[in-house]
Amino acid sequence: MSYIIDRRLNGKNKSMVNRQRFLRRYRGHIKDAVQDAVNRRSITDMDRGEQISIPTKNTHEPRIGHGQGGRQHRVYPGNKEFNTGDELEKPQGGGGGQGSGQASNQGEGEEDFTFAITREEFLNYLFDDLALPNMVKQSLARTKNFKTRRAGFVSEGTPNNLSVVKSMRNAHARRIGMGAGKRRKLKELEAALADAENRGDSGAVATLKADIADLERRLKKIPFLDDIDLRYRNQVKVPVPTSKAVMFCLMDVSGSMTQDVKDMAKRFYLLLYLFLERNYEQIEIVFIRHHTSAKEVTEEEFFYSRETGGTIVSSALKLMNEIVKSRYDENEWNIYAAQASDGDNWDDDSPQCAEILRNELLPVVQYFSYIEITPHNHQALWEAYQQVGSEFKKNFAMAQIRGPEDIFPVFRELFSKEQYEEAI
Amino acid sequence: MSNYISTDSDWTFALLEEYDSEIARVAAHYRLDTYPNQIEVISAEQMMDAYSSVGMPIGYNHWSYGKQFLATQKGYQRGQMGLAYEIVINSNPCIAYLMEENTLPMQALVIAHACYGHNSFFKNNYLFRTWTDAGSIIDYLVFAKNYVRKCEERYGQDEVEQVLDACHALQNYGVDRYRRPKPISAAEERMRQEEREEIRQQQLNDLWRTLPTKKQNGDAAQKKRKFPSEPQENILYFIEKNAPLLQPWQRELVRIVRKISQYFYPQRQTQVMNEGWATFWHYTLLNHLYDEGKVNDGFMMEFLTSHTNVVYQPGFDSPYFSGINPYALGFNMFQDIKRICEDPTDEDREWFPDIAGKNWLDTLHFAMRDFKDESFIQQFLSPKLMRDFHLFSIYDDEAADHYRVDAIHNDSGFRRLRETLARQYDLSVREPNIQITNVDIEGDRSITLRHTQQDGMPLAGDTYEVLKHIHLLWGFDVHLESWDGDKMLKRMSCPSISVEL
Repeated sequence: MSYIIDRRLNGKNKSMVNRQRFLRRYRGHIKDAVQDAVNRRSITDMDRGEQISIPTKNTHEPRIGHGQGGRQHRVYPGNKEFNTGDELEKPQGGGGGQGSGQASNQGEGEEDFTFAITREEFLNYLFDDLALPNMVKQSLARTKNFKTRRAGFVSEGTPNNLSVVKSMRNAHARRIGMGAGKRRKLKELEAALADAENRGDSGAVATLKADIADLERRLKKIPFLDDIDLRYRNQVKVPVPTSKAVMFCLMDVSGSMTQDVKDMAKRFYLLLYLFLERNYEQIEIVFIRHHTSAKEVTEEEFFYSRETGGTIVSSALKLMNEIVKSRYDENEWNIYAAQASDGDNWDDDSPQCAEILRNELLPVVQYFSYIEITPHNHQALWEAYQQVGSEFKKNFAMAQIRGPEDIFPVFRELFSKEQYEEAI
Repeated sequence: MSNYISTDSDWTFALLEEYDSEIARVAAHYRLDTYPNQIEVISAEQMMDAYSSVGMPIGYNHWSYGKQFLATQKGYQRGQMGLAYEIVINSNPCIAYLMEENTLPMQALVIAHACYGHNSFFKNNYLFRTWTDAGSIIDYLVFAKNYVRKCEERYGQDEVEQVLDACHALQNYGVDRYRRPKPISAAEERMRQEEREEIRQQQLNDLWRTLPTKKQNGDAAQKKRKFPSEPQENILYFIEKNAPLLQPWQRELVRIVRKISQYFYPQRQTQVMNEGWATFWHYTLLNHLYDEGKVNDGFMMEFLTSHTNVVYQPGFDSPYFSGINPYALGFNMFQDIKRICEDPTDEDREWFPDIAGKNWLDTLHFAMRDFKDESFIQQFLSPKLMRDFHLFSIYDDEAADHYRVDAIHNDSGFRRLRETLARQYDLSVREPNIQITNVDIEGDRSITLRHTQQDGMPLAGDTYEVLKHIHLLWGFDVHLESWDGDKMLKRMSCPSISVEL
């Protein structure tokens, strides 16, 4: 007696809970791997999963078993030339070597246990570090939004999209078109019939009447509605944000900025980038680094090349202003800027920075964020910026940062604005 | 007009049913006695799920199954590993999973293999009849899953995980090897569980009583109470019943792991026989259908290709070698028994006087019913098969510079080879012999385990990790002594350091 059951429609994710348990247990390892990946990857490349490796000794479940050594007899198949009493050289390096099936299961050849985490999981671990509010996490992790839009009519589609009016109109046109010749003929025949009746030619009347009946029958046979008449409303998916944004990353690369500080700054740029990615279809990034003079560079150079020397912040702001003027028309582009520094500036330069921000940049940018990564007291630059901040509350934010969890408050205004817009 | 059941390679549910009923008819002809079958068609993803819960259709949640799943998924997605064609569960009705990707001949092979081969083995082999109760296992697994979940809700996931980790480390030491267990019954289990909690605590309190007993007269006081009175091999059982500090729910978790481990105990001892039996029958049943003209040549070609891959035994020096293939050995042994019965040579008459020339089907059923791998090989491995496999035995002494070939497939080597190979499948040889010998009930409550070394084989390197787990369950010091005869070689303690003597 047998029953055959189709279980394919049952859920396939029976192991999801256990998988989550595993991820939870090795949270520390996974977090480290995500950190590494963040430092390694480009800012524009955070939106995918990651391969995680955990040393096997950490995931190993201990069991009581025999170790190597002792005296063992083992049987193997496939003897070719051995005879009883033959002696064979033991492989170098001691231990059982490759021949001993059971023994080599453990011990040597420790490979890492590798597996993949998904994009969502990756972002989750990333956001964990940044102490993002849940709402923000959700809106950042969300995939692109699409809106369906009407886009004319097509001849194939699903019945629910059938456009009755358009289809009927088509049918009507087809009926007229297909019947035109016959109707003309019919008119001629009717005229001839009237003529023949007047003449009293009964033979001609009979044939004409038969012809007319035949034509009318054929006219009737033209289908009222045919497959080729049907028209369906066409729907296309359009990504919702269709505007363009440019993001300026400004960073002080003078000698006092260590790699750790730069890595922290990278998370700051990253967060802004992820935000922009959700809201704009096309994003360009401009990296500007500066010491006493500013230069536009590639991402690689931006984060990983070292410079020394003094610091003139206004040089970077000037360069940004020039680039905006020459390449990014404020009417066409949404301009965002993120600046990171350790707070050092040449004293006389700070008022100048404030001046550029106030008069040139802040009127055109959507949002300008500044972080100061320093455990020390603030210097002139901070005060000058604070001044500016009090005048431009809407689109200027700044914060002092000690750890990655301090980064988010800089963007609070930005994200709450988005939430507000979403709520509408 | 052809007689074929089908000529296409795509399966449909109607065709599956037809094949199943044809195979059932032939199986009955060969007197295969089976549980009813519940054949479930599943997708590859679901197969991966089934894989990672060690073949249990329902399991409690634990990270190690997640680890298994990730490993399977990775292997499968990279194409390093194909999934098994089938998984079959020792339950009543017998659940077998078929993968939807399989072609029709493959589905027929799997039905014959799992639903009639494994199924009849589960129902009739003495180990399965002794150790498992196919009718109640699913209920018990449901009970276990719910119980673990309830514990997690009440005591926290981490607490539960800790206990389960510890029990898993000892799961091979949760079986009574010599005593026949009572079959597990889920309904009873649930009813008795609360009752058990109370009684257990009472007994414990008695054992661990610290108040002086009424009379301390000389003789009795001098003689230390020895506990346990006999060495105990079932470590999990002993912990469940006697660990001083465990909460009742923790004891229940220990019991769950122990019971499930007991359920798998026969499978660990009958791999060669079980796979051999199933392979023999899929081969025999489908050939029978072919002889009747029910299946065509194309079907047989595809079936034989798979079959040949399954029973392929690479030699020891082949890059594909990974031990003796249980399918190959088992299948060939059953085929060989049939040959000895039907067409014995003089050698066979000498080696197997009691089965040579007997009815092959009776002999096969007898061999399937009353043996496990070790005794099966000891009893039925013929010189011819040893020659066909070109078996040879290597003696590896840690102290010597060379391996020595101590037996090959010749007259003087047959018996020795057979004995060695049989021993290789003996669980009591494969797993270190560890027993609980003493609990210091009047002193520091420490527990002492004794490892009796065989053939100078030391314990594996992660034994200390296992001791930590025992310590977690026991709550007091744990000592493990390795003995060779009456000489102690090593003593490990947890928490503490290990001392080489």
